[in-house]
Amino acid sequence: MDYGFTTAAYVVAAILFILSLGGLSGQESAKRAVWYGIAGMALAVVATLIGPGSGLWFLSAVLIAGGGTIGYFVAQRVQMTEMPQLVAAMHSLVGLAAVFVGFNAHIELNNVLAMAHDEREALEGFAALLAHKTPVEQSILRVELFLGIFIGAVTFTGSIIAYGKLAGKVDTAAKKLPGGHVLNASAAAISLLCLIWYFNTGGFLPLALMTLAALFIGYHLIMGIGGADMPVVVSMLNSYSGWAAAAIGFSLGNDLLIVVGALVGSSGAILSYIMCKAMNRSFISVILGGFGGPAGEQMAVEGEQVAIDVDGVATALNEADSIIIIPGYGMAVAQAQQAVSELTSKLRAKGKTVRFAIHPVAGRLPGHMNVLLAEARVPYDIVMEMDEINEDFPDTDVAIVIGSNDIVNPAAQEDPNSPIAGMPVLECWKAKQVFVSKRGQGTGYSGIENPLFYKENTRMFYGDAKDSVSSLLPKID
Amino acid sequence: MKIGTPKEVLEGENRVAMTPDSAQQLQKLGHSCAIEAGAGERAGFSDAAYKEAGVEIIKTAAALWKECDIVAKVRIPTDTEVKRLREGQTLISFFNPGGNEKQLKMAADKGATVIAMEMVPRISRAQKMDALSSMANIAGYRAVIEAGNNFGRFFTGQITAAGKVPPAKVLVVGAGVAGLAAIGTSTSLGAITYAFDVRPEVAEQVESMGAEFVYLDFEEEAKDGAATGGYASVSSPEFREAQLAKFRELAPEVDIVITTALIPNREAPELWTEDMVASMKRGSVIVDLAAEKGGNCKLTVMDEKIVTDNGVTIIGYTDFPSRMATQASTLYATNIRHMMADLTPGKDGVVNHDMEDDVIRGATVTHDHAVTFPPPPPKVAAIAAQPKKEAPKELTAEEKRAKEMAAFKAQTKNQVTLLVVGAVLLLGVGLVAPASFMQHFIVFVLAVFVGFQVIWNVSHSLHTPLMAVTNAISSIIILGALMQIGSGSFLVILLAALSVFMAGINIFGGFMVTRRMLAMFQKS
Repeated sequence: MDYGFTTAAYVVAAILFILSLGGLSGQESAKRAVWYGIAGMALAVVATLIGPGSGLWFLSAVLIAGGGTIGYFVAQRVQMTEMPQLVAAMHSLVGLAAVFVGFNAHIELNNVLAMAHDEREALEGFAALLAHKTPVEQSILRVELFLGIFIGAVTFTGSIIAYGKLAGKVDTAAKKLPGGHVLNASAAAISLLCLIWYFNTGGFLPLALMTLAALFIGYHLIMGIGGADMPVVVSMLNSYSGWAAAAIGFSLGNDLLIVVGALVGSSGAILSYIMCKAMNRSFISVILGGFGGPAGEQMAVEGEQVAIDVDGVATALNEADSIIIIPGYGMAVAQAQQAVSELTSKLRAKGKTVRFAIHPVAGRLPGHMNVLLAEARVPYDIVMEMDEINEDFPDTDVAIVIGSNDIVNPAAQEDPNSPIAGMPVLECWKAKQVFVSKRGQGTGYSGIENPLFYKENTRMFYGDAKDSVSSLLPKID
Repeated sequence: MKIGTPKEVLEGENRVAMTPDSAQQLQKLGHSCAIEAGAGERAGFSDAAYKEAGVEIIKTAAALWKECDIVAKVRIPTDTEVKRLREGQTLISFFNPGGNEKQLKMAADKGATVIAMEMVPRISRAQKMDALSSMANIAGYRAVIEAGNNFGRFFTGQITAAGKVPPAKVLVVGAGVAGLAAIGTSTSLGAITYAFDVRPEVAEQVESMGAEFVYLDFEEEAKDGAATGGYASVSSPEFREAQLAKFRELAPEVDIVITTALIPNREAPELWTEDMVASMKRGSVIVDLAAEKGGNCKLTVMDEKIVTDNGVTIIGYTDFPSRMATQASTLYATNIRHMMADLTPGKDGVVNHDMEDDVIRGATVTHDHAVTFPPPPPKVAAIAAQPKKEAPKELTAEEKRAKEMAAFKAQTKNQVTLLVVGAVLLLGVGLVAPASFMQHFIVFVLAVFVGFQVIWNVSHSLHTPLMAVTNAISSIIILGALMQIGSGSFLVILLAALSVFMAGINIFGGFMVTRRMLAMFQKS
């Protein structure tokens, strides 16, 4: 096949990818959108395999099949609640692949440059492409692959740390090595020096040095970001992996790589921006390391947490007409979504209005709660966003908080010294009664005391969320 | 304080603003109660019952008005009654402040405080004193009963040994409190009930009462009734046409029509035209609850029952609550009692007329020698408005335009700045970079732009699938590896093979995960 066919296939694939992202604007069209993405990917891979500049297609096919099988089974088996980890882990693969591809480009470039003119003419594929580059183009190529490797390496270690934090294998608190931002800055400075060095000499040493520095930056950046900001981090890494692909696309002269990398990169960036806006945080401060220290003394919380038992909650639910459920990460951890869904259908069958209030950053991924509730077959038209439902709390009889903490923290509005001051929160305390299902008296993910638990109309319903909700079920009649 | 209730002077008014029960409750608030002799007679409360509840019986109205600090009554006061007001006295009553300027001024000049019960704002906290709702509830119920009284058939369909009886078809126009009460009564009597309202958001309430909501084939920016305090507002001419066309279609079928459509401070809209009446079956009944404001049907005669030439009965009574005086008095007296409870927060018989309080401020129409009508908008929104619409409504047209202009200008400025900066950067790159790079670069910039445009529209609940999909798509890096795998160098092949393998995991895993997530979204 010739170059024309591959290019044509790439154009079609690019359009399919754009449709795939655009189709995610609605639940129904999203189901179609995935197929666009799959078709686009299949087309791109096939066109590349049979197009110019590739060889060993049998090996490639075997490797894709092998990797695909593993990917398929992992994706099939993973719990919905473990989705964030999985996505983070998969990002790291893309990052590492980008690093490898970048190295390859470097090696090939040096091989080609070492050859005599006659030999160059005889080359095929990627090497031939390199062989025909002018010196200026070769310099640009160096910058491009350097960038690709740099971003890829940051994505790789960053994603691994993000995976560790999400899976609970790494301490979730924001940690920094002594020196903090200075370390990051110096690593970045080293990378910049390496770039100039590499640009002039084309040697392997600066490239390797820079890779180490980038790996460190990825590690240290994400270590410095607290658990509560993980949704932003994951989508940011997503964006990085896209930019890495785009940079590699430049160095390989592959337009499809550029297009798709740019699509992924910009979409991740926007997603991170939307989320930061929802939390009323500055994007820069999230990226550069978690919560800042509190500006002043935080308000002391007065009162005590009053506990309640199953019967009390059941009575209140039986009497209530309108109920709003606010799920959080705790529901995901306890795998309580099925029980919650059952409770919902039972209450709805009795003619009560039951709705879900979803904070934009509930859970560990944007839309995390929506996915879990959808898994448990909660109809999506009773699942509301914060802005849609916040005004309704004063007219609500019972608000049930299941495993969320920071997103219902009144301190965000009441205490200007709170680290989360100004963040929009679900105003569940305005409901007539609030039940908080919680494992114990500890603070939430961000480690901030929550005055909601001490309010007069709040009752603490201690215990594992799944057990608590399940024990409620037989008592609703 | 002494609270007194005179006998209603309006002919045919049977209600009374104080019952023995409410009097007892009022006394618990620290007030003493008085009533004009015989005031409760027509509502079924004897003087003896009042006496037993500790209420002082005062012989004449004049004496009662003179002795009491607070006078509670039902109907809009007559001029004589208003003249009886004095400095510092409080009158709690229906007052129609919107169309009663003369009496407002009289009362204000006298220095009396007037609390108009129809002005109680429609917020959750004030529901217990919302007399309009409690009266409308009765009116709706009674409307169905009156209709049944004048309708020659059963409501419910029956198949008997003596033949088959079709069920009655009832159309309720306007699903406010009265409309909903009428729907409830009519369905519980077994009639097939249809209901219509200009506010589509009440369809759910209508259906919850067991009636069928009549939808129009009409596309209009749905008005949010919440913005107008839960009341209907005036609809566009096109909408009206669509609505009348639907009614014309229904008219020959329905047996009973109950119209309750009122727009605050306006003449009742004509919804049931003469030709609709003409097309109705002989023996059908129309109950026009809007008769007081001119009627939803122009044939309606206020306070009378008429029969048209084609045998359709049109009932234009305006005294439905009064026709159920005992029930109406009980509810109204309770509303008054709740109002007093809010006015005496200390429960010590001392009235604290707090003009900062939304409810009290809203209902007070004269206070301290001044007319305080109309009230400022309440601090608490009447009903939680749908968020997107609340802000612009409060601005005047000019402010809105100015604001839009400013926003538009700021946006234009932003975009132009960005475009200029972007263009300069591009030009800068173009000056130094070779042509082959620029080709790719243009593709890159366009792709970023497309990405930005596309992602803004992705709905919030789909962010996780979006992330999974972009993750899967980002394994496009496999193309790079595939292009290199054919190289001669072993190291390159090894690294490329590893990359292909990892990207393979990601492609399948990513798409699989996305599909799993999306498969779960379902509608109820």
